[in-house]
Amino acid sequence: MRVTFTVNGREESADNVWEGESLLYVLRERLGLPGSKNACEQGECGSCMVYLDGVPVCACLVAAGQAEGRQVRTVEGLAEGDRLDAVQEAFAECGAVQCGFCTPGLIVQAHDLIARVERPSDAEIREALAGNLCRCTGYEKILDAVRLAARRKAAT
Amino acid sequence: MKPFAYVKPADVAGAVRAVSDEPGAKFLGGGTNLVDLMREGVERPDTVVDVTGLPLDTVDQLPGGGLRIGAMVRNSSLAADERVRARYPMLSQAILAGASAQLRNMATVGGNLLQRTRCPYFYDPAAACNKREPGGGCDALGGFNRSHAVLGVSGSCIAAHPSDMCVALAALDAVIEVESVRGTRRIPMTGFHRLPGDTPEIETELAPDELVTAVELPPAPFAARSRYRKVRDRASYAFALVSVAAALEVRDGAVTAARLALGGLAAKPWRAHEAERILLGGPASEESFARAAEAELAGADVRPGNAFKVHLARATIVATLRELNTGKGTA
Ligand SMILES: Cc1cc2nc3c(=O)[nH]c(=O)nc-3n(C[C@H](O)[C@H](O)[C@H](O)COP(=O)(O)OP(=O)(O)OC[C@H]3O[C@@H](n4cnc5c(N)ncnc54)[C@H](O)[C@@H]3O)c2cc1C
Ligand code: SF4
Ligand code: FES
Ligand code: FES
Repeated sequence: MRVTFTVNGREESADNVWEGESLLYVLRERLGLPGSKNACEQGECGSCMVYLDGVPVCACLVAAGQAEGRQVRTVEGLAEGDRLDAVQEAFAECGAVQCGFCTPGLIVQAHDLIARVERPSDAEIREALAGNLCRCTGYEKILDAVRLAARRKAAT
Repeated sequence: MKPFAYVKPADVAGAVRAVSDEPGAKFLGGGTNLVDLMREGVERPDTVVDVTGLPLDTVDQLPGGGLRIGAMVRNSSLAADERVRARYPMLSQAILAGASAQLRNMATVGGNLLQRTRCPYFYDPAAACNKREPGGGCDALGGFNRSHAVLGVSGSCIAAHPSDMCVALAALDAVIEVESVRGTRRIPMTGFHRLPGDTPEIETELAPDELVTAVELPPAPFAARSRYRKVRDRASYAFALVSVAAALEVRDGAVTAARLALGGLAAKPWRAHEAERILLGGPASEESFARAAEAELAGADVRPGNAFKVHLARATIVATLRELNTGKGTA
């Protein structure tokens, strides 16, 4: 089947998509957007997260056909040109990235959190990120990064 | 994954026709359970009928004070609904205690009702499982059964029902509205899921071609003071070992209304009728709460791996009722 949807503001189509493919597969393997990562393919780890119609979801569990006609925003679509988004910048500054596999998903989820909640408490940050697993950092630096990004965002 | 056809009907009539025309068809909601099970080869539909385009995605006020929840409403939207938070807090809390934010954004109310067990042997095609392959045996009986059920189980299957949301719906006497080519009917939540008996592969009263269209919550003024408490292996993002949905109304020290349902320890969302019977009209006391809990758990059928759940459930029931009674810690 053919699937057409908007990715990071541009309309994209993929042909010969098999019904069993996930949105994640279409993004990575057909549209050349490897930002969202494929780790568990079970909804457990959050490394595949993208915005679908403005709502963060696990792209590995979205059937390709379900994306038809919708708006997708991936981690590649958060920066403005060369200027990184505040969350991306904070992750880099705080040392919240080690192997980097979990990073795109965490960035999307943190981006959504600080867009919705102006000054998230630590408990709110932890709960919001509970579905994003990181096997390297121990999470402390990630919490630092989200706090920093939230602070900067509130100050602007 | 087995090849399948994908269709996305725009109306309910088209959706129920698509499934009744095709015996190997299944409805697809948010996909958080079905897509996973298809990838594992546990579910093998020929046709997937995506119902997320159906206009059943609103929460509406019913005359008399109840709410009607469309089956396509996302779990996150339902949990955030102001009316649900104010009038049925246990339901909002139960949903927020389940899965993760990104999964709740995807999951629908209909899909949550029909989600399948997380028994690890059910997920593993190499294991014996009567639910996956009727007559094949059950590796959980003598295997790793720490997460399994102690109430409503049978010699064929001891799987626990995994849903948090459903436990609150059972406590609230929700009614499930379903539709097929034969028309619509209404099924009380407490009779919606089936016990395994000799046919653990049949999990609900729903016929394979019936679509869940809505969930109705009757008015329940006492539920404004209600609570969902979930005990699990970590603070967030894990299935329940034991969970309790409870509402309590007390006047002059006596219980005038009580609702209690249990999750994590039963084969279906477990309405604790026996405990409610003991609570109602009795004193709102620690002793009475403990007696009610014990009566409900008296029929528990435990294995070495999950015997701890009886003690955990007793303590959680008493703590939740105490909290509602004293008003301390209610969210
Ligand atoms: C990592 C992970 C952790 C989780 N943790 C929890 C947890 O802690 N607590 C909890 O309660 N849940 C948890 N879940 C389960 C989650 O709540 C369910 O997967 C979700 O609610 C299913 O909804 P869905 O819309 O995605 O259903 P789908 O996956 O689309 O469908 C599930 C089933 O329902 C059927 N179906 C869907 N809609 C309808 C309808 N309208 N009428 C008839 N049949 C229908 C489908 O055919 C399918 O059989 C977890 C899931 C994952 C992946
Ligand atoms: S407990 Fe039920 S689901 Fe688990 S292996 Fe046994 S039959 Fe299958
Ligand atoms: S790859 Fe999607 S949640 Fe892990
Ligand atoms: S940085 Fe390696 S998994 Fe998070």
